[in-house]
Amino acid sequence: MSSFIGDWHALLVLLVAGVLPNQIWRMLGLWFGGGIDEGSELLVWVRAVATAILAGVIAQIVVQPPSALASVPDWLRYGAVVAGFAVFLLSRKSIFAGVIAGEIVLLSGKYWLG
Amino acid sequence: MALPPLDSPQWHHSFRAFLWGARSITATVLTLVLFATYLGIGALAHDSGFSLLWTLVSTAFVWAGPAQIIVITTLGSGATILQSAIAVTVSAIRLFPMVVSVLPMMRTEQTKRRHLILVAHLTAVTLWVECFRFLPQVPRERRIAFIHGLGCGLVCVCLIANTIGYALAANLSQLLGAGILMLTPLAFLFSTARNCRELADVIALVLGLLLFPVASLLNSGVDILVSGVVAGTIAYGVHRARAGA
Repeated sequence: MSSFIGDWHALLVLLVAGVLPNQIWRMLGLWFGGGIDEGSELLVWVRAVATAILAGVIAQIVVQPPSALASVPDWLRYGAVVAGFAVFLLSRKSIFAGVIAGEIVLLSGKYWLG
Repeated sequence: MALPPLDSPQWHHSFRAFLWGARSITATVLTLVLFATYLGIGALAHDSGFSLLWTLVSTAFVWAGPAQIIVITTLGSGATILQSAIAVTVSAIRLFPMVVSVLPMMRTEQTKRRHLILVAHLTAVTLWVECFRFLPQVPRERRIAFIHGLGCGLVCVCLIANTIGYALAANLSQLLGAGILMLTPLAFLFSTARNCRELADVIALVLGLLLFPVASLLNSGVDILVSGVVAGTIAYGVHRARAGA
């Protein structure tokens, strides 16, 4: 059972390093977003910034990949995204088809390279 | 799965709406993607020396894939708590505009701010995308209950995925590990692309992708924020220019 819980200190670290710095943005959104009207111009800007920040998170994982993904060469990661996006468009915007196509390119390329 | 029509008696009870929300996890492919991503996070946590409880607590209380990957990889590789917290908070800035744009879709005259706390907590990219798809089919006064159901259903799926991934970790090859980590950007990209309603959304997505590598040259620690605000503001400017023309 103790291996399930681990040590309590690690949970405290999780609270300070993971939970609070993440949660603060949601609660600020709740605080400021309470009074904004659904059709307002401000919301168009806010949504554009949300989309662009998300695009940045996507680009970061592909351009500066974490752990195991870093073992895949740059061109193969970019190729997988491009191939996946092409299939996504051709399949009339099927997320599933796009993800599967991108993964097939990445995995077969990585397998082939060894 | 089809939701009942807006005037159906199915929507008369909040609890029914909650159950419809929970059942809706079977109506989106993003559930599968989340499952695979959290399988990967479970395996990553195991390999980085964290306990299973720690992993489950992080999923339930952080509830944001990129932030969880960041906290595990940074703490696991010996970064300080402060460095880790800064990296997490930068990646989490996107949650602020997401919450701001989601809440007006479910607010009514009677809604108090405290009724929206759980919705705000559950808001992440999957829920954000699915709100735009599902909520028009849900009566406004039942939307909060519906989202509670959908969000809690997704959290449960991910807790199960974490547990399985944690148990399988020792057998996960580098090939599979790379494949799982690649799921997040692919799924985020296509679900955001499908969610684009207006020209401003398309421009924000494309510019956001292209400007990040430029902004990362600054090495400011808040590169994502810089590229996001610049790209989003340009996209909004185009929207205004077209509206004015």
